[in-house]
Amino acid sequence: MEGSKPKLKLAVYWASACGGCCVSVLDVHEKLFDVIAAADLVFWPIALDIKYEDVVKMPDSQIDVTLFNGAVRNSENEHMAKLLRKKSRILVAYGSCSHLGGIPGLANFSTKEEIFRRVYQESESTINPENIKPLPEYEAKEGILNIPVFYNDVCSLSQVVDVDYFIPGCPPQTERLLEVFVAIVSGAELTSEGSVIGAEAKAQCEECIRKKTENKRIKKFYRPWEINDDGVTCFMEQGVLCMGPSTRAGCGYRCIKGNAPCRGCYGPASGVNDPGAKMMSAIASIIDEKEPEDISRVLEDIVDPAGLFYRFSLPASLIRRKLL
Amino acid sequence: MEFKPRIIAFLCNWCSYTGADLAGTSRMEYKSNVRTVRVMCSGRIEPTFVLEAFIKGADGVLVCGCHPGDCHYQEGNYRCLRRFLLLQKYIVQMGIETERLKLEWISASEGKQFAELVNSFTETITELGPCKIKDAMKIST
Ligand code: SF4
Ligand code: SF4
Ligand code: FES
Repeated sequence: MEGSKPKLKLAVYWASACGGCCVSVLDVHEKLFDVIAAADLVFWPIALDIKYEDVVKMPDSQIDVTLFNGAVRNSENEHMAKLLRKKSRILVAYGSCSHLGGIPGLANFSTKEEIFRRVYQESESTINPENIKPLPEYEAKEGILNIPVFYNDVCSLSQVVDVDYFIPGCPPQTERLLEVFVAIVSGAELTSEGSVIGAEAKAQCEECIRKKTENKRIKKFYRPWEINDDGVTCFMEQGVLCMGPSTRAGCGYRCIKGNAPCRGCYGPASGVNDPGAKMMSAIASIIDEKEPEDISRVLEDIVDPAGLFYRFSLPASLIRRKLL
Repeated sequence: MEFKPRIIAFLCNWCSYTGADLAGTSRMEYKSNVRTVRVMCSGRIEPTFVLEAFIKGADGVLVCGCHPGDCHYQEGNYRCLRRFLLLQKYIVQMGIETERLKLEWISASEGKQFAELVNSFTETITELGPCKIKDAMKIST
C-alpha cells in the first residue's frame, strides 16, 4: 500500500562515543532495506551528509525517533542533545554511554585539569614545550574560531535532557534494535521495564547457561587469563569475577558464550540500584573466609573494584565521580 | 563555624542496638552527633545503605554488629565484615577516607564500649573535617 502510511522519520546521532553504536545500527545488514522501506533516515552523521543547520531548520518534533548514542562530555554534545530532544517525538538513549555514561564516563575518575595535563603535557607521545592547550575560543586573523568546551563531568543523556527510552549495551545487540524498530513501525506497544527497551528485567545469571550451584565458596579470585576456564562452570564459581549478578540480561550473554565473563555493559538489572553495591554483596557472600586478614588477602585479588564494577556506569551510579 | 560531624550508625537489633540502649539508660555521656538506624542484623546492611549515607551528607558511617560467633542469624556479621572490607577498598578509590567508615562489634552488655566508640569516632571525623562527596555529586561543567 505504497504511500498510504507516511514513512517514519528516523535519526541516529553520536555524541561522546566510539562509533560502535552506529556500527551496530549498520549491522542490520540487508535488513537495512526493510528499515528504509518503513523509515526515512533524516539525520545520521556516520552515513549521511546532513548538517547540524539542517536539523535546526526542522520543525519541532519532526523526527519520530532519534537513537542518541554517546555520553555528554562537552558543550557540543549538550547542544545536540537539547536540539535533538526538541526535534524528536521519541528520544532513545542508545547504548551504554548514552544510557549510563559508558566508557567515556570513566573520565569521572579524574578532573578536566588532570586529563588536560596528561594529554597535552605528560603523555609519552607528547612534545609540547610551549604548553599549548586547546582553547574554546581563539581569535585568528580571519575571525574568532570556536571549538566545543570540554566539561569536567561526563553525563549520561538523561542527566541532561528527558529521555523516553533506553536501549542498553556496548553496543546494543543489533537483533534487539530490530525488534524495537519492528515494534515501532507496526505501532505495537513497546515492552519496557522501567523505560528500558530491548533488554530483559532479570539479571544475566538467570539467563546464562553456565553450570552453577548454590554453594559458591571462594578462597581466591583470578584474572581470566590466570585460570584454565573449563567452559562449563559459572565464572564466579571458578573464582573469576563476573558482573552477571548485577547486570541486566538481554544481550544473550554473548561474552559468556565467547568464554569471557560479563563486564556489565547492559547496566544494572531491574531492582539493582547500583551495580557496585550489588556486586559487593554478591562477592561478600561467596568468600569462604572469616578472619579479617584472610578476607583481606582474598580481596587483594580484586585489584580495581571501582573500575570493575562501574566500567560502563560510573556517571549514573550512586557515587558518580571521584572526589578530588 | 564549629564543625558538627553528621554520623550515621547502623546497629543490629540483637546486640549493638541493645548495647547502645544500655549506654542511654545507664546515662552514660556520649556525643550527640550520631543518628542510629536499627537493622535486624549487621548482615542486612547493604552496601547501598552506606553509599547512600555518604552521598546524602554523612561525614562518617558506623556499622555495629554482634561479636563474631554471636550473630543471632549465625553468619550475618561475617557477611557484614566481608562487605565492609570490600566497601573500604572501594570508597578510598572514590576519594573517601577509609577512616570515615568504621566497623565494631558491640554486645548487648557493652554500653560503655558503645559510648566510647561514639566519642572516639566523632573525634576522628571532627579531625578529618566534612566529607565533600555530597558536593562532588553535583554535575560540574
Ligand atoms: S556469574 Fe557470570 S558465569 Fe556465573 S551464572 Fe552469572 S552470568 Fe553466568
Ligand atoms: S555479557 Fe555482559 S558485557 Fe557482554 S555484552 Fe552481555 S551485558 Fe555486555
Ligand atoms: S544479629 Fe547482630 S550481627 Fe547478626
